[in-house]
Amino acid sequence: MWSWDFTFKILPQLLDTLWITISATIAAFAVAMIGGLILAFARRSTFRLLSWVTYAFIEFIRTTPPLVQLYVIFYVLPRYGLSLSPFTAGVIGLGIHYSTYLSEVYRAGIDSVPRGQWEAATALNFSPLQKWKTIILPQAIRPVVPVMGNYLIVMLKETPMLSAITLVELLGRAQIIGSNTFRYLEPITLVGLFFLVLSYSASRLVIRLEKRMNINHHGKMDAAA
Amino acid sequence: MFLRTSLYYQAFDGGVIPISVYAQIFPQLLEGAFVTIQLLILSAILGFLLSFLGGIGRLSRIDPIRWISGFFVEFLRGTSLLVQLFWLFYALPLLGIKLAPGLAGILALSLNYGAYGSEVVRGAIQSIPKGQTEAAIALNMTPRQQMWHVILPQAFRTMLPSFGNLFIELLKGTALVSLITIPDMTFEASAMRTNIEANTPEIFTLLLLMYFVIGYPLTLATRWLERRFSVGRL
Repeated sequence: MWSWDFTFKILPQLLDTLWITISATIAAFAVAMIGGLILAFARRSTFRLLSWVTYAFIEFIRTTPPLVQLYVIFYVLPRYGLSLSPFTAGVIGLGIHYSTYLSEVYRAGIDSVPRGQWEAATALNFSPLQKWKTIILPQAIRPVVPVMGNYLIVMLKETPMLSAITLVELLGRAQIIGSNTFRYLEPITLVGLFFLVLSYSASRLVIRLEKRMNINHHGKMDAAA
Repeated sequence: MFLRTSLYYQAFDGGVIPISVYAQIFPQLLEGAFVTIQLLILSAILGFLLSFLGGIGRLSRIDPIRWISGFFVEFLRGTSLLVQLFWLFYALPLLGIKLAPGLAGILALSLNYGAYGSEVVRGAIQSIPKGQTEAAIALNMTPRQQMWHVILPQAFRTMLPSFGNLFIELLKGTALVSLITIPDMTFEASAMRTNIEANTPEIFTLLLLMYFVIGYPLTLATRWLERRFSVGRL
């Protein structure tokens, strides 16, 4: 049954790995944000082959399990001379998987920018870089910020998977404690509670961000630009 | 619970017959594929039922039912699938309830995706205009009749594409059960990897392709549903 002594004994050990879970989430999300933007652009390319290959890549990655993709990065790439640490492999693997989701989010945002804005950019003789940086992207990203926030939370809940490629994050640590002491109840329950707290606070954060951006919408400052 | 017809590493013992690597790997992955598909179907059915239970429960007029379903849905959505899987497999036996790995896998998958599904059900029901309920009340329908004959048939159309997406997510989620020793496709691949390490690239390439072959028809079907049910909508 549940032992509080044991709970308090293992709590510091689990807290030690909390930051690994958090930093893996943030790093993987950053990879997904950048990767998603690249994929969204490549998909829009007028160069047919690039657009088609990107489409195929997105479909393939989205349909296959992230766990298997992590195995490929962690166990197959070293055979071709690319050995990555569990953390790096995990961040890249999760990041790439979710970049395919975020590319769709970017696409929806870009499609929602009214035609007149594109025409205005052309009429003002903006270079493509200026057009995207100052006109299209700031307007495309704002409405999809809540969706992106949700993907951050989804990715947080995917990080326990990284224990399968030997990264000692929250769940990995809980498993180690379990196999050393034969007590799995407390560590795994605690990990569940940690995730509940983490994902709840992350969702509060996303709601706050959403509200703030709406206020900005009517206000003076333009944070996204 | 899952039947296996051959022994694990039989095919790789001697390596006498010089057939291609893929021909060696494929049969074993195929065995795992049957387990993956069994898991997928059983968890989908159970998860589908739980979605309605949770979704309708959260809209109940009776407070305790609403609170309990709300608690379960938020709890299952807030913790992570793999953590739930490990909890059922490693922690629950210490409370005296020992589940077979297959049962723990199906339970975790259907509870987790059922929780996401119940949000789909709830959202779809709430998207039905109030006038529909009012008309049903005017026709003197009981609450149950309102739900079954007026609300759900309309809401169901809205739910289908989202359920399709969840079904694909569920397929990808089944790979996680390999970590609690269920011999699904990913488990077979991992087992083969430790045995014939030299063929790791072939094993995982074939594994990815097999997931794609199972999953892509589901993606196409979901797109079709999206188009089919967006016709004639506002």
